[in-house]
Amino acid sequence: MADADLGEGRRRALPEWVPALARILGTVAVTMLGLMLITFFIGRVVPVDPVILVIGDRAPKSVYDRTFIELGLDKPIWQQFLIYLGQVFQGDLGDSFLTKRPIISDIARVFPATLELATVGILIGTLFGVPLGVFAAVRQGKLADQVVRVVGLIGYSAPIFWLGLLGLLLFYARLHWIGGPGRVDISFEYSFTNRTGLMLLDTAMQGEWAAFRNVVGHIALPGALLGYLSMAYISRMSRSFMLNELGQEYITTARVKGVPERRIIWVHALRNAAVPLVTVIALSYAGLLEGAVLTETVFSWPGLGQYLTNSLQKADMNAVLGCTLVIGTIYIGLNLLSDLLYTLLDPRVRRRT
Amino acid sequence: MTALPTPTGGSRREWLLTDRPQSRRQARLGQAYRTWLAFRGNWLAMLGLGIVLALIFLAIFADVIAPYHPTIGGDLRTERLLPPSWEHWMGTDGQARDILSRIIYGARLTLLVVTLVALIATPIGLLVGTVAGYFGGWVDTILMRITDIFLAFPRLILALAFVAALGPGIENAIIAIAITSWPPYARLARAETLTIRDQDYIAATRLQGAGSARIIWKHVVPLCMSSVIIRVTLDMAGIILTAAGLGFLGLGAQPPQPEWGAMIADGRRFIIDQWWVATMPGLAIFTVSLAFNLLGDGLRDVLDPKARK
Repeated sequence: MADADLGEGRRRALPEWVPALARILGTVAVTMLGLMLITFFIGRVVPVDPVILVIGDRAPKSVYDRTFIELGLDKPIWQQFLIYLGQVFQGDLGDSFLTKRPIISDIARVFPATLELATVGILIGTLFGVPLGVFAAVRQGKLADQVVRVVGLIGYSAPIFWLGLLGLLLFYARLHWIGGPGRVDISFEYSFTNRTGLMLLDTAMQGEWAAFRNVVGHIALPGALLGYLSMAYISRMSRSFMLNELGQEYITTARVKGVPERRIIWVHALRNAAVPLVTVIALSYAGLLEGAVLTETVFSWPGLGQYLTNSLQKADMNAVLGCTLVIGTIYIGLNLLSDLLYTLLDPRVRRRT
Repeated sequence: MTALPTPTGGSRREWLLTDRPQSRRQARLGQAYRTWLAFRGNWLAMLGLGIVLALIFLAIFADVIAPYHPTIGGDLRTERLLPPSWEHWMGTDGQARDILSRIIYGARLTLLVVTLVALIATPIGLLVGTVAGYFGGWVDTILMRITDIFLAFPRLILALAFVAALGPGIENAIIAIAITSWPPYARLARAETLTIRDQDYIAATRLQGAGSARIIWKHVVPLCMSSVIIRVTLDMAGIILTAAGLGFLGLGAQPPQPEWGAMIADGRRFIIDQWWVATMPGLAIFTVSLAFNLLGDGLRDVLDPKARK
């Protein structure tokens, strides 16, 4: 490493979070390697014959042989893995059989739709989940606590694609409150230019308010559903973190000092509960990517999830593994982010390392 | 319950609840009885247990209970997409099949998935976790790194990728879900093992000449079991939802198998005009996974005093 040749005294002057950071990054590197090992394994080892997966079982022998060589299947397996690693690091996830384009550019094209959806979801989930959890903790054991618990349990138990279908039936087909499947009506699709890929942002920045309202109408239901999903988890965790804090002695001290109860709950206790909560929120943000696969299928949302399921149905293995790798990477990235935030927010963690 | 020998003529209840058990068996049974009494007090958990038992009952006696055949429909000209009625309590689907009967038979598939996943994933998790925790050092590092890598994937996505490679079907779906389910159990078992392995009685056993395998199997695994079982029960709902999700995407059970998720996908075409086709199987999934959640919550409250606050 670069700091290996620094003097002993110099190294001691490094901020104390540096070794912690180095260790976290090391963990991430190993996890990423494992991630690629798994996608490689799924693509090359699990299928009975990877060639047939690529060209189908009706291709002539000459094509089969050529593909066999092209895939590098004649080389030893560890060499194949190294080649695969090299390709991935260059951003080459192979070409899609469906669209004939590099998978990485396909993913770049569909990703903003998923990002927008998941962001709306996590915002709704956090804005409702945290206050609900705090509320339940304050009223522990009372009716309000039970209600929050049941609302959360329903979120845990209902299949999201089913809720989506019922929501479409009720709010779109019957009540006409929201826009239907897709991100925006065709009539609005060309009334604004696509800059960021996030339609809410694009329409708002260009002042196309009619289009903006249309986009909101489309994202409302899938966003609310994903929000509900993450709210169930966030409210449950906020409740238990808050209960933990409210039992601490500094809360009693604050009460004895005469600090108003509302301030104790929302400032003193919540501030300390917020540290682990950040981790929870980051993780449920990542979890929404998973929820997005099913939600996007139901709502014909042209994002990563729909791309993945379409590829699955057409047996486009390159695309499937590409998506898996990208989603896994985002997952690891968010985990890393939450670790870093944790170190940043909690002085005790910083000092321990 | 079977008749138990009651030594001194006192009632069975007193024998169970005595604070001076005469034998190891009496102590164990008494402990189980106390747990049951505590569990019985939680009516939500009892409701969950009731629904799960009903599901098992339905699955076993599907042949007798279901009013119609699950895969062979009625007359396609007159019995397609009928709304719920006295003849068809949940209506019929696009191929004139009785939805209620399909849901009853679907209970078998759901139970099959849940049971097999639990039977495959739990031992793997226990083995990895206890071995890692007991030996520590580089064994621990390697095993936990592997666990973390699997945890780094969203479960459904990894299951999707595995099924895509293995090919669709309920067996492959079960394998894929099991592969993605064991890491949390390994983490849990390791954490439990870390607190157990430095206890004096483990040291005593080791001094008596017991090998590592014996210590892990006889003294560590039993103590990890209760928390792992709670975790598995809590995960059942997630397993059901993942399986239903795979079925919905057409990667789980294949038609004409009456899998609930696939039934919803089938009813999607009719959602606007024939809402019951997709709604009823969803209701079944929802009820069963809610039941498992309630049951798991109840078990945790009773068996895991740490979580009780």
